[in-house]
Amino acid sequence: MSEDDMMPGWKDLKPGFVVTEPGSASSYKTGDWRSERPVRDNVRCIKCGICYIYCPEGCISETEDGYFDADLYYCKGCGICAHECPRGVITMEEEK
Amino acid sequence: MGRIVGLEGSFAVAEAVRMVNADVIAAYPITPQTHIVERLAEMIADGELDAEFICVESEHSAMSACVGASAAGARVFTCSAGQGLELMHEVLYIPSSMRLPVVAVAANRALSAPLSVWCDHSDAMSLRDIGWIQMFAENNQQAFDLTVCAYRMAEEVLFPAMVHIDGFFISHVIEDMELPAEDEVRDFVPDYEHPFVLDPDKPVSMGCYAPPFIYPETKKAQEVAFEATKSKILATWDEFGRAFGRYYSPVELYRMEDARIALLVMGSFSETAMLAIDEMRDAGEAVGLIRLRLWRPFPFAELRAAVKDIELLVVLDRAISFGMGGPVCSEVRSALYNLADRIPIISFIGGLGGRDISIAEFKYMIKRAQERVKEAGMEGAEMPEMIGIRE
Repeated sequence: MSEDDMMPGWKDLKPGFVVTEPGSASSYKTGDWRSERPVRDNVRCIKCGICYIYCPEGCISETEDGYFDADLYYCKGCGICAHECPRGVITMEEEK
Repeated sequence: MGRIVGLEGSFAVAEAVRMVNADVIAAYPITPQTHIVERLAEMIADGELDAEFICVESEHSAMSACVGASAAGARVFTCSAGQGLELMHEVLYIPSSMRLPVVAVAANRALSAPLSVWCDHSDAMSLRDIGWIQMFAENNQQAFDLTVCAYRMAEEVLFPAMVHIDGFFISHVIEDMELPAEDEVRDFVPDYEHPFVLDPDKPVSMGCYAPPFIYPETKKAQEVAFEATKSKILATWDEFGRAFGRYYSPVELYRMEDARIALLVMGSFSETAMLAIDEMRDAGEAVGLIRLRLWRPFPFAELRAAVKDIELLVVLDRAISFGMGGPVCSEVRSALYNLADRIPIISFIGGLGGRDISIAEFKYMIKRAQERVKEAGMEGAEMPEMIGIRE
């Protein structure tokens, strides 16, 4: 089944394109907008969480061992985390 | 039982809004629409209408407030004219796309510059693509009747509806008309429930973001649903006729029996045009009048049926599309182009900025159209002619 076949057709839509499922925007993949991904150097990271605070997408969260990771399903690759990191441990690497 | 009253067109519209028991009215004053909202504000202040009157700072806000109130399930009303409709323009596409049955009246007015508060259809023509049901009234009775019908239609099909009344020619003229009893109107426009109102217990999202993978599907759904409003519009007018004795249809004919030439107009000028047709009929000429009552959805089938036996169609536009001609004429032509036997269609533009058109000028248009076709056949029908212009 192709991706197109799984998309709703016009007859599937509610009147006025009303969306009745709360929070359905979370299923929208913004990660495929990304041309660069953030990569963290774990050795020099001090786990300050500045990247988590500044991420405009809200897609960075704390991991079990105290580091902060971007959820690549949503990360748009804006690079703000890399720019704001006080230790300069995040680099933006081109998506292949 | 109804009663015969002398009523200004604006007050007739206000009576219709009062009788359907509107919940929310949001409007900004602009000539020649002001009397409608003034009267409604007075009704609310005097306790004759239990509605929320939202004094907004612009027409943009007026329509925005109507969208919000309608989304919450309220029966709403606004009205505007000319520049006000232009300022409202951006928001007019919202209720039609979100399927909210907002009802509005436009007291048609010319657009600046130069500044004119008087009537023409320039403002209405800029609203052709907003996705609303749109009707044109020709007198005060129709202003009342069509406003009542607009609520019934809008709420049954979940699309907004707009009634166009000619500024001053209808809005400020006092005419005798029949005002039905309030309970009869309430029976005709019962309470309604929108299937998807804003309700914290049943959350919905309206006006969502639609990336390219879904936007075209939303427009296809909207167009199919809008085309389907036609049968409900016809049913509403039919039922209105049976209840109140006045019948409306998308294309209304006057003395078209055996007519060889027809004149097509929209709005209040049809009353003068009827007098011109009477005089020409008395002189033995086979002429008739076509009044376009329903503007959107465009009544293709009814128009084709109306012109099937005539040889020449004359269309009067009360607006100009610069570099294009008369907007009504261009739509009429496109509706009739695919007919096997095409007839010449001659375009006239007149009545701009409140200028009157006399009976003699209507007769001139019909005569002049015949001359042009005689002189140059189909090619003679090419260009529009502005009438009553001083050299």
